[in-house]
Amino acid sequence: MTEQTQAVENSSRFGGTSVSQIFLGIFGHFIVKRFLFFIFVVWLASTVIFIIPRLSGQDPVKEKLLLEAQRGGAMQTGLDAMAKKYQKRFGLDQPMWVQYTNFLKDLARLDLGVSIAFFPRTVNEIVFESLMWTLGLMGTVTVIAFILGTLAGAVLGWPRRPGWVQYVFMPLLTLAAIPQYLLAMILIFIFAFKLGWLPLFGGYSVATLPELSFSFVIDVLRHAVLPAFAILFSVVGFWAIGMRGMMINTQGEDYMIQADAKGLKGSRIFMRYAVRNALLPQVTGLALVLGTIVTGQVLVERVFSYPGIGDILFQAIRLSDFFVIRGIVIVIILGIAGATFLLDVLYPLLDPRIKVRS
Amino acid sequence: MVQPTIEETRLSTEQAIQTYREGARISDVDALVVDGLSVYYETESGTVKACDDVTFTLKQGERFALVGESGSGKTTLAMALMRLTRPPGHIAKGSVTLHERDLTNLSDDEMRQARLSEIALVPQGAMNSLNPIMRIGKQITDGIIDHLLDDDPTPNKEELDEIVRDLLTRVGLRPGVSRLYPHELSGGMKQRVAMAIGISLRPRLIIADEPTSALDVVVQRQIMQTLGRLQEGLDASIMLVGHDMGLVAQFADTIGVMYAGKLVEVGPVEEVFSDPKHPYTKLLIGSLPSLQEKREFLGIPGLPPQLVALPPGCAFADRCPSRFDKCGGSIPEKLDVGGRRFVACHLYEEEVQS
Ligand SMILES: Nc1ncnc2c1ncn2[C@@H]1O[C@H](COP(=O)(O)OP(=O)(O)O)[C@@H](O)[C@H]1O
Ligand code: SF4
Ligand SMILES: [Mg+2]
Repeated sequence: MTEQTQAVENSSRFGGTSVSQIFLGIFGHFIVKRFLFFIFVVWLASTVIFIIPRLSGQDPVKEKLLLEAQRGGAMQTGLDAMAKKYQKRFGLDQPMWVQYTNFLKDLARLDLGVSIAFFPRTVNEIVFESLMWTLGLMGTVTVIAFILGTLAGAVLGWPRRPGWVQYVFMPLLTLAAIPQYLLAMILIFIFAFKLGWLPLFGGYSVATLPELSFSFVIDVLRHAVLPAFAILFSVVGFWAIGMRGMMINTQGEDYMIQADAKGLKGSRIFMRYAVRNALLPQVTGLALVLGTIVTGQVLVERVFSYPGIGDILFQAIRLSDFFVIRGIVIVIILGIAGATFLLDVLYPLLDPRIKVRS
Repeated sequence: MVQPTIEETRLSTEQAIQTYREGARISDVDALVVDGLSVYYETESGTVKACDDVTFTLKQGERFALVGESGSGKTTLAMALMRLTRPPGHIAKGSVTLHERDLTNLSDDEMRQARLSEIALVPQGAMNSLNPIMRIGKQITDGIIDHLLDDDPTPNKEELDEIVRDLLTRVGLRPGVSRLYPHELSGGMKQRVAMAIGISLRPRLIIADEPTSALDVVVQRQIMQTLGRLQEGLDASIMLVGHDMGLVAQFADTIGVMYAGKLVEVGPVEEVFSDPKHPYTKLLIGSLPSLQEKREFLGIPGLPPQLVALPPGCAFADRCPSRFDKCGGSIPEKLDVGGRRFVACHLYEEEVQS
């Protein structure tokens, strides 16, 4: 946790009904503080992103045009004039501080600029579209993997589990050791190539146009199955191993011995004492992972040519599409900072020991 | 009020014996009969006999204090009485009979039902024995709810609140404590909550494992008083585990001394204090501060033996000032020396036989 939250000892002096009022007052204030911190992080990171490319001394527009010119075999004459024109268009001929304030203004309006490679499409359009694919796939898979993995880990870390549990879950965990892209290729080979049950690549069939129809939804789901499983298998193991470790730690706690001494039912000890306590670090992990899913899964998305943000990032780097790269990095920053902000705000509700400093 | 200093609150031997509970109501009914109980830990370096062939009886209403150095097996014994021994430990031999019911023969669910309702634990280090993310009230009621029988009416929220309020008041806490979380309580308050839980189903035997360790002396006193009052109110028996001889002497009727996993001496507190039999008990009592002499706490020279590699004879032989030929050869049996006193030492064999 960050330094802003801490366990406050001996708050018992706040007895009586005023506790909730005091708490709400502090809490409201605390959220404001955390939000300002969130804004600060985003500003700082964005500024770094603004500065770094300019330190390299390269001119992204010129590079790009040069690349196009070579590819097209066009004459290099007039290239400078053309570059000037483009730079004017993208505002790159302005003094640095004007560019910077413009950049911040655009950022505040969440306007990420225009793509160089896919001109005149805006970065917002491109990033938003691919983000939907990535979030749809990764968000769903992450949440399912978290639930399955945590459940499996909870049962595996429970000394009174039935014996067969081990034989079901343990092989599943070994899948976590296989790299995602390798698992992706194995799945493609078996289910798409050999058996032909599922499509080989893409987010939807080439012949269809994106529309909101039943058959299109089915088509999208069929395309999502293999990438989803490739990611799911490896991530379930991650959550299961973490949860199992926490459950085993919990067993040694005094309150677990006392729960037994109280003659509580096994199910209550499992859920209310062991799982509920072991879950706390898992939730922290989930929030951080949810923050990073906007980065997409470059390897898996490449293998499946899935139109997610990882795939777009790969293309943008290849085409040196500076503005798209910058837009994606900003989205990643927003995702991670946003998840941290949410975690800070919600965690005190899960763990009463973490309270807010007034 | 002027707070007493530590010096003033520590009891000397003489005071301890004087303040011994007079006229205690101890019935003739056997509450707890422990017979030949042995608990072993199977470790990589061998079998640790942490509790070996322990036999004693507790009458209803009796206060029994178990003392001994750290590592002598007191907690192991206490946990075994509740069948809470965890791997690598296991109960190797012996029986535990509570009001004529052999606990070692109960099914797991019968044993679960017996915990808290018949035999309750007030744990060692109550600091961490409460679930950190559950309100105190809930931690009191969940034990009650899990002990409802099929034909018991399910208590509603008001009834449960009433029970919690009553229990908290009994142990000297404000009813408002039920809404707090453990980290909001002081050590003494947590220990009181642990007692409230312990008595919630009116058990017939309370096991209190060093209930006052890690508390300051003034709070220790208060906790012990409350515990005694609760036990008398329930007419329950109590087994108090502790290492503070002064505190124990003031509280208990009977004392049991444990050394290296064995119960080496049992007897009424006043007699054991005025005339200790076992050389180890003698040293323990002799090392207590005395009013007349005002000497330093001496401690006992030497270290307790490794429980994995016990010597063939008496486990105390290495440190015993009275050892003689026989001591290294065979393990001393428990001897009845009369007057409800028992001692396991070769010194008394002839006395008993004659
Ligand atoms: N889980 C365990 N595994 C192995 N040995 C143990 C375990 N728990 C306790 N012991 C051993 O049993 C002996 C008695 O421990 P314990 O009952 O905690 O003593 P006490 O409560 O008197 O301090 C110690 O010597 C300790 O090394
Ligand atoms: S049996 Fe021997 S060594 Fe052991 S306590 Fe008695 S006299 Fe000492
Ligand atoms: Mg102990």
